[in-house]
This record gives sequence, C-alpha cells and structure tokens, in this order.
Amino acid sequence: MIFHPLGKYILLLKAVFRRPEKWNIYRKEIFKEMDSIGVGSLGIIAIISVFLGAVTTVQTAFQLVSDLIPKSVIGSIVRDSSILELSPTISAIVLAGKVGSSVASQIGTMRVTEQIDALEIMGINSPGYLILPKIIGAVTTIPLLVIISIGLSITGGYLAGTASGATTSQDFLNGVTSDFVPFTFTVSMVKAVIFAFIITSVSAYQGFYTTGGALEVGQSSTKAVVISCIMILFTDYVIAQVLL
Amino acid sequence: MIEIRDINKTFGENHVLRGISAQFKEGVCNLIIGGSGSGKTTLLKCMVGLHEPDIGAVIYDTRDFTRMKFEDRIEIRQEIGMLFQGSALFDSMTVEENIMFPLNMFTEQATKEKLERVNFCLERVNLSENNKLFPAELSGGMKKRVGIARAIAMNPKYLFVDEPNSGLDPKTSIVIDELIQELTEEYNTTTIIVTHDMNSVMGIGESILFLHQGEKWWEGSNKQIAHTDNQELNDFVFASKFMQAGKDRL
Repeated sequence: MIFHPLGKYILLLKAVFRRPEKWNIYRKEIFKEMDSIGVGSLGIIAIISVFLGAVTTVQTAFQLVSDLIPKSVIGSIVRDSSILELSPTISAIVLAGKVGSSVASQIGTMRVTEQIDALEIMGINSPGYLILPKIIGAVTTIPLLVIISIGLSITGGYLAGTASGATTSQDFLNGVTSDFVPFTFTVSMVKAVIFAFIITSVSAYQGFYTTGGALEVGQSSTKAVVISCIMILFTDYVIAQVLL
Repeated sequence: MIEIRDINKTFGENHVLRGISAQFKEGVCNLIIGGSGSGKTTLLKCMVGLHEPDIGAVIYDTRDFTRMKFEDRIEIRQEIGMLFQGSALFDSMTVEENIMFPLNMFTEQATKEKLERVNFCLERVNLSENNKLFPAELSGGMKKRVGIARAIAMNPKYLFVDEPNSGLDPKTSIVIDELIQELTEEYNTTTIIVTHDMNSVMGIGESILFLHQGEKWWEGSNKQIAHTDNQELNDFVFASKFMQAGKDRL
C-alpha cells in the first residue's frame, strides 16, 4: 500500500520543519551540507554536463540532413535542451545516485547504531536536526549546480560542434543567442528546486526508517536512489505539462 | 524517583510487556534483569520515550511523562542521561564534540565553560587528554566511558544504562560498573541499568527487577537473590557452572 509510507513521509516532513532548538547550530550544519552537496558534486556535474552538450550537438547535426535548415539550429537545440531537460533532470538523476545514497546510508547508519535514539533522548528533534540542513543545503546549491551545468553543457556542445565541423563557431553562437525564451530558465530552476527537495527528503525518509543492520542500510540506500529517480522523472513530466 | 505503572506494550501480535509496575529509587543502581526477549530493553525504551506504552504511565518525580506532548517532554529529557549498548557516539564528531553536543544545544554557556565541563567529565571517566580522538579510534571500553561522560555532561537526575558490559572483558566490565555506581552515589541520580551480566547483578545490584516473558517475576536486592525459591530466577541467575559453584559455597 502506498498510503502508509506516504503518511509516514508527510509526518516526517512535519517534524523536519518544526522550529529548530538553536538556529546557530543548524546554520553550521546547513553550511556543511551546502559544501558537501554543492561543492562535493561540482566535479561529476561538470564532467557529465560537457559530454551531454557535446553528444546533443553531434546527434542533432547527424539528424540535420536538409540543407533548408540552418546550422544555427544546432545551437538553439543544445541551449534549449540543456536548459529545459538535460541539465536539471540528468543532473538530478546523477545527484540522486551520489547525494541520495549518501544521505540514506548516513542517516540509516545513525538509526541502526542508536545515534538517532541518542539525539531523541537528549530532547533534540532528530528529523529537524538531521534532515532540515540537508534539504536547505540541497535546495540552495542544486539550482546553482544546474546553472553551471547549463553553461558547461552549451560549452561542450560548442567545442564538439566546432571540433567535428558539424557547425561553425558563428552558426552555433547565433543559434545560442537567437530566440531565447527566458521562461525556459524559470522552468529549469523550478525543476532544480523540486528535484533537490525530492532527492534529500526521499533519501532521508528511507534512511530514517531503516531497521536492522548493515544489510538494511544498503537496501535503504538503493531504495532511496530508485524511488528518487522515479519521482524525479514523474515530477519532470508534471512540471513540463503544467508550466509549458 | 521514577515510577512505572501497569506498563503494557505489544508489537503486532507479540505482547512484550504485561502490566509491569515498579519504583526506582534515587542514589542506588536499579537493575532490570532477565533473559533475552524478556522485554527489559523494551521497558527501558518505554521509560525514556523511545517507545510509547500501549497502557500505563511513567512518572518522573510526580510528572507523568507518558501524557506529555513532545515539547513538554524536552524539560524531562534534559534531565536524562543515557548510555547505549553500542555507546551511540556520533561518528562524525570528536570525543570533545560528542560530550559538548548537549551543552551546545541546551545551554548558553561560553565555550571556555563548556570546555571545562567536557574536561571535567572526561577526567571523571579517566579519559583525560583524549579530546581530539574520533569514536572509530577508541576501544570498546573507552567508547563506553565517553558515552558515560556524554550522559553526565548535563548533570542528569536520571541515568539509563543499556547493557553496559556487552562486548567488554570482565575487568573492564567491573571498571564500568564501579564508575556507574560511583556516579550514582555522587550525584544522587536515579540510575536504571538493563543487564544480564551476573557480575553486575552481584556487584552493584542494590535493587533488582527480574522480568520473565514480559512480566515482573521478582523484585529484591543482590543480597536476597541467592536465597530466593523463585524457580525462573534461579534458572536465570545460576545458569552458569561458575555461579552454581558460588551458590553451593554459600
């Protein structure tokens, strides 16, 4: 049944957003998470973004067989697909693997080693202390990662296009700069914020309700990644349907 | 003093605790003993609020903990120190940060004052100069002692200890038991220890509650335990040949 876990998830979120015991301690944790999630994921996001842009350029050029279609279209397609889909969604799926599994296993290990019980005994709101900084850290840094990803993806497309001769530098840049609809960027940011929330909250939920030992921590981590990915793709569709 | 009244707890079809009532006095070590699956850890968790009893009440010096909301419980929780079976130290923090954590969360003390308190607690458990070590760098006995230091950091009125000797050699077990007893007498805490270690029972068991199949089966002290005719308790206490030989000599 879906309703029982959904109810538990909502109740967990209610506890997460309870007023913090001490803001300055939470602030430190938020900065730590921003560093871990944002700075820690910069490398992998940079690598995948460059290749996403490069592959999009090469494959678009391959399909442009008609001489009636100007080569500058390649630039436009790379820009729009990077902004609307590739950077927010593919980055989110990669981050679900990297950040989501780390969040689930970290909280899951704390659960099975009674560290969460220790927090609760002290009178600390454990969902708030453990999960809120992760959610805030992700919601603030993942959109920044997506912006960087968009830039690198277009750069990757430019490099691949000019290096392979699929398009000229002038054509590509004309395509990138013409007919830009700023609303696509808004959609991209909406996606980034929602995906960031999904990755951290779903993974934290999986970790928080882990029971058993090391084996179950691994299972929670896997479930966190799988469910986050499915939720990201489903939400991606809903956002596209609603906003575009 | 802590009083429990008619505590019942079920997990699905499994009736783990059946109408347990008892009083735990301050300034002495109150032991809850029983075989595996007898419900002693569940009882401890019901008392500290990690499990909610289905029926019954837990009273901390006239304050009914079971009827309180989350926010109201915080005041009592700050008076509780707990040592977990696996110590439950925060892996990402040093020994010093672990002990300082409750002070950071609930006091407005200056860093210097908090450091003094941390050093005092570490000294009290004979672990001075280990402030900067991480839990992964500590032995089992050291982890227990850091766990005790963290538990006493806030000067608790109530100290809960879950299996303090699990995984420790007999000599270290005695050191931990004696430390808990000293702290109990020194700070006049209401100390409740869940154990099935017979050395602890005979050494520090001034008040003992024996659980069997989720029910209160016997209550008394370590002086009375050798002379009881309670069959289940005798089977539990004198299960080892060593204890049996000790009884025969009495």
